[in-house]
Amino acid sequence: MNEQRGRGPQSDMRAAMPMGRGGIRPGMPVQKPKDFRGTLRRLLAYFQPHAWRMFAVLMMSILSTVFSILSPDVMKRATNDLVAGLAHGASHHHTGVNFADIERVLLELGILYVLSAFFSYIQQYVMAGVAQKTVYSLRKEVYDKLERLPLRFFDSRPTGEILSRFVNDFDNIGNTLQQTLTQLITSVVTFIGVIVMMLTISPWMTLIVFLTLPLSFYVTKTIASRSQHFFVGQQRSLGQLNGHIEEMYTGHQIVKAYGMEEKAMEEFVEYNEKLYESGWKAQFVSGLIFPLMNFIGNLGYVLVSVIGGFLVTRGTINIGDIQAFIMYARQFTQPITQLSSISNIIQSTVASAERIFELLDEQEEIPEAEHPIELERPRGDVDIVDVDFRYDPERPLIEGMNISVKAGQTIAIVGPTGAGKTTLVNLLMRFYEVDDGHISIDGVDITKLRRGHLRSLFGMVLQDTWLFHGTIYENIAYGRTNATEQEVIAAAKAARADHFIRTLPDGYHTVLNEEASNISQGQKQLLTIARAILANPSILILDEATSSVDTRTEVLIQEAMARLMEGRTSFVIAHRLSTIRNADLILVMNHGTVIEQGTHQQLLAKNGFYADLYNSQFANPSGAAM
Amino acid sequence: MRELLRYLRPYRVAISFVVIFIFTQSLLNLYLPTLMSRIVDEGVLTGNLHYIFVEGAIMLAVSVGAVAFSVAASFLSSRTAASFGRVLRREVFAHAQQFSLREFDQFGTSSLITRTTNDITQVQQLVNMMLRMMIMAPLNTIGGICMAVYTDARLSLVLVIMLPVLVLVIFSVFRRATNLFRVMQEKIDTLNRILREGLTGIRVIRSFNRVDYETKRFDAANFDLTNTTTKVQKIMAIMSPALMLVINLSIIAIIWFGGLRIAHGSMEIGSLLAFIQYVTQLLFSIMMVSMMFFMVPRAAASGNRIWAVLSTKPKIVDPAVEPSVSDSERLSSDDPLPIPMVEFRNVTFSYPGAEAPALSNVSFQAHRGQVTAIIGGTGSGKSTLVNLIPRFYDVDEGAVLVGGVDVRDQLQANLRARIGYVPQKAVLFQGTIAENIRHGRPDATDEEVAQAAEIAQALEFIEEKPEGFQSLIEQGGRNVSGGQKQRLSIARAIVKRPDIYIFDDSFSALDFKTDAKLRAALAETITDSTVLIVAQRVSTVRDADQIIVLDEGRVAGIGSHDQLLRTCEVYREIVSSQLSEGETA
Repeated sequence: MNEQRGRGPQSDMRAAMPMGRGGIRPGMPVQKPKDFRGTLRRLLAYFQPHAWRMFAVLMMSILSTVFSILSPDVMKRATNDLVAGLAHGASHHHTGVNFADIERVLLELGILYVLSAFFSYIQQYVMAGVAQKTVYSLRKEVYDKLERLPLRFFDSRPTGEILSRFVNDFDNIGNTLQQTLTQLITSVVTFIGVIVMMLTISPWMTLIVFLTLPLSFYVTKTIASRSQHFFVGQQRSLGQLNGHIEEMYTGHQIVKAYGMEEKAMEEFVEYNEKLYESGWKAQFVSGLIFPLMNFIGNLGYVLVSVIGGFLVTRGTINIGDIQAFIMYARQFTQPITQLSSISNIIQSTVASAERIFELLDEQEEIPEAEHPIELERPRGDVDIVDVDFRYDPERPLIEGMNISVKAGQTIAIVGPTGAGKTTLVNLLMRFYEVDDGHISIDGVDITKLRRGHLRSLFGMVLQDTWLFHGTIYENIAYGRTNATEQEVIAAAKAARADHFIRTLPDGYHTVLNEEASNISQGQKQLLTIARAILANPSILILDEATSSVDTRTEVLIQEAMARLMEGRTSFVIAHRLSTIRNADLILVMNHGTVIEQGTHQQLLAKNGFYADLYNSQFANPSGAAM
Repeated sequence: MRELLRYLRPYRVAISFVVIFIFTQSLLNLYLPTLMSRIVDEGVLTGNLHYIFVEGAIMLAVSVGAVAFSVAASFLSSRTAASFGRVLRREVFAHAQQFSLREFDQFGTSSLITRTTNDITQVQQLVNMMLRMMIMAPLNTIGGICMAVYTDARLSLVLVIMLPVLVLVIFSVFRRATNLFRVMQEKIDTLNRILREGLTGIRVIRSFNRVDYETKRFDAANFDLTNTTTKVQKIMAIMSPALMLVINLSIIAIIWFGGLRIAHGSMEIGSLLAFIQYVTQLLFSIMMVSMMFFMVPRAAASGNRIWAVLSTKPKIVDPAVEPSVSDSERLSSDDPLPIPMVEFRNVTFSYPGAEAPALSNVSFQAHRGQVTAIIGGTGSGKSTLVNLIPRFYDVDEGAVLVGGVDVRDQLQANLRARIGYVPQKAVLFQGTIAENIRHGRPDATDEEVAQAAEIAQALEFIEEKPEGFQSLIEQGGRNVSGGQKQRLSIARAIVKRPDIYIFDDSFSALDFKTDAKLRAALAETITDSTVLIVAQRVSTVRDADQIIVLDEGRVAGIGSHDQLLRTCEVYREIVSSQLSEGETA
């Protein structure tokens, strides 16, 4: 659900459209970058390896545009030949059209067209390679970065948000690189080229066409600012509506149980009406740009026809000039409309790039020790000495924690849910760094160990079992690279998972779907146990989760866990009294910190939090009456 | 997709006007070159200045007319598309409201949300585009052809060659590209899946030291996607230059053949200029149509997903005739053998597609003033059992009776009005705390709300808040803790004062002290109701009037704690896994 929220209404992945994006309209609010110049410069740096190709693309677009701009000027010569021939033919009594000349002109024109098309193709072809390669390396860089980020980063933001950066922002950047960049070049070149060509034909008529220019700017600007108002309203209503839908659907059961359907519908209709009102206005006003710009174009067209006609009769210009001019005048308004939407697109692209760069600038994990150590024969002694730790610098969590564990001991961690048992895992496996004090394994400070090695000393069987899309075999074998088939099956057997795996249609080669919902929660847990057994760690972190498993499977899991714990140092997030009682050390946690530690008897004698907990949860039935 | 276009039917009139307006508009636009050609032929070539200005004025008027029609069409089409979206959205939402949990499970909540939001937006956008471009482009094409033929029929023969070439180019590019687009989409999905897995499983990946392996996996997918995208883009790169080339070469042909005709005196210069403009417009229209091919498949996919929702009939519907016997009356009469408030008669229930039934042959009775606890591992069918009482699902065999009447013979609203249901995962809605509690009973007084909160042990934390009962709950209750959410959702059930309480493992997020206090307070308040509690802990259930032990969907035993300890093996197993030997007695 989170993910859904993170991705929001515009999250659909745009398939790369062949010709421009119809999505962004004038006035549609796009996200604005904070530092446009800096980000743009940084983004452009990614083109450095492709500098030559980019140069080629630039040259190709310029050439292609120049050739297409030149063509009306060439074409007019053919027209002029015809007109001249006609005039000539009228005075003499046979056709005086100089077809040899027309042939030459048309051939020249044909060459221009072919070249323009060719360069345009090459430009897009090369750009496809550059754009995709750039996106590829950016994506790779971001992924590599993610691997070096500390867990603090991932814990502090929803997965959906990171995913959305990946999906939407890269999509945005990819499209822009592919299309908008060259469009920008083409638009600018066209704009300048057309002005130059028009000036060479007739400065007077150029002036007339220029008269429409302020009008174009005015219209573009007005429409943009008007429609922005409606777009913002539309966005707001859409947000409200989507929020309402999400809420009512996720709470469907409660909506039904409490007969809230009518109320839900009323609210829905209210938001829906609002969305309609601002929605159609936004569409309408922003859509006005097309007819209005078309009208301005026509205005220029009329002016050129009339005044051009007038000038021809004065002999200042000829008919071919009018023809060329009409073509130029049409091309003239296009870049203006285009540029306004291009600037919008570029803004939003740079904003996307900025979000990605922000991610790339996140602080990384503390680098490895200079000469990281690997324990050759890890035993599993764990010492936590004077450790201070807090997630939030404002709020102290663990202060002066001291725990000493000998190899092979079992440590039970007890306390209410959400008491911060994961904190211990985070510190032991160095997912988070301690603020003060140190943690050592077999007497070696964990910061001196190679991270990968340190983590391989631990085996985790937690409640949120993580399995990936792949076969069951692959999921178990994840525990150790190069495990043989026999070892994998042996691990599955030890974890009591072999039996259920074999009852599945494809046995070990059954593919788990994305949410691994094709096997039960208990079966998932057995698989994670098998994975831990295969990994053969010296220290275990187990969660005795009972809630999600049926009684029979639970017995299997208990057996498997007991077997796994033999001879290993085990931290057990304990739910069972037997585990707690038999533990060598009990850590009582509440509000994120260890408040008591000792054996069962010691703690009971202390008559503190643990005793209280023990009595109410396990021994004393009072208060259980309903 | 086609089915959805039905929803455009009420807008027939508006759409006809859009078509008429757009057609007029494009004819007017097409008329401009004709006028220009007249300026050239009759004004310029003869030096008739007056004629030039008159025709110029007409051109101006025509332009104004064109823009007016165009704006009018855009006005109508914006409204129509938005209204279509509005109606469709309401339709889908209203329809989904009627769904039972079975249909919700079938689609998945998040998918259903996407269908009601994003997918409808997609379709609405397509309709909008259709009303603008899809109508305009063919009309422009037809108009362009007409004008070209009208201007010079012989010269129009150029079109006969050129149009098929154009269509061929478009078609051959599309045929290669569409397939690749699909492959590309799949690869995007794969890449995102790998990334998502990498993010959710980050602890496991790092602890198993498999970072390099994941990097390789990601890189392979990234590389694969890049290759496909590059290939698609390279194919698409040929599209617009090729089309432009075809158009431009046609213009050369037109000038050549037109020149010949002019030399023969069978055509005028102005007409040639106009002709070239017609052909250019014509070809741009065709290019526009080709762009639409890309929009349609995506919107159609959305359309199909929406239609799948609309065409799914809710399985659970109210009976045609409401039963005439008022069961509550029968209950209140001093019957020597009171009708059980809740009764299961040989109930068997399977989730769709499941191999084994979730509940098999379950029978029991629960009376007024009784507490019935249901215990068993997950997957044993506890939640399923209680979900059948408010008729969230229908049984496959047997019957569920509430107040002596089969739930299928009661109006759903009436049935649910008698039940106070507290789900496993507490759900709150946007609004104040008081509003959230009042969802249980909208006309509850402030005192009643406060009282319910007190019983639910929620009063303390509510009063700690600066705005008390008026504090706002964010969407999904993000700004209150899990335990607080549960207590509020319990208060919501209490304020309803229902005949039947259902607590589906509703105390799990509470710490044990609050849990005990809450249950003690509840016990005092709800003595007259029928209570069903789904629980994990033996300590929660041991004092219930009857305990139903479920094992893989079957009743393994019914009775009191002591009875079950003696007779029920499964119950003993559960007890011994939670309590040590000495404490079971």
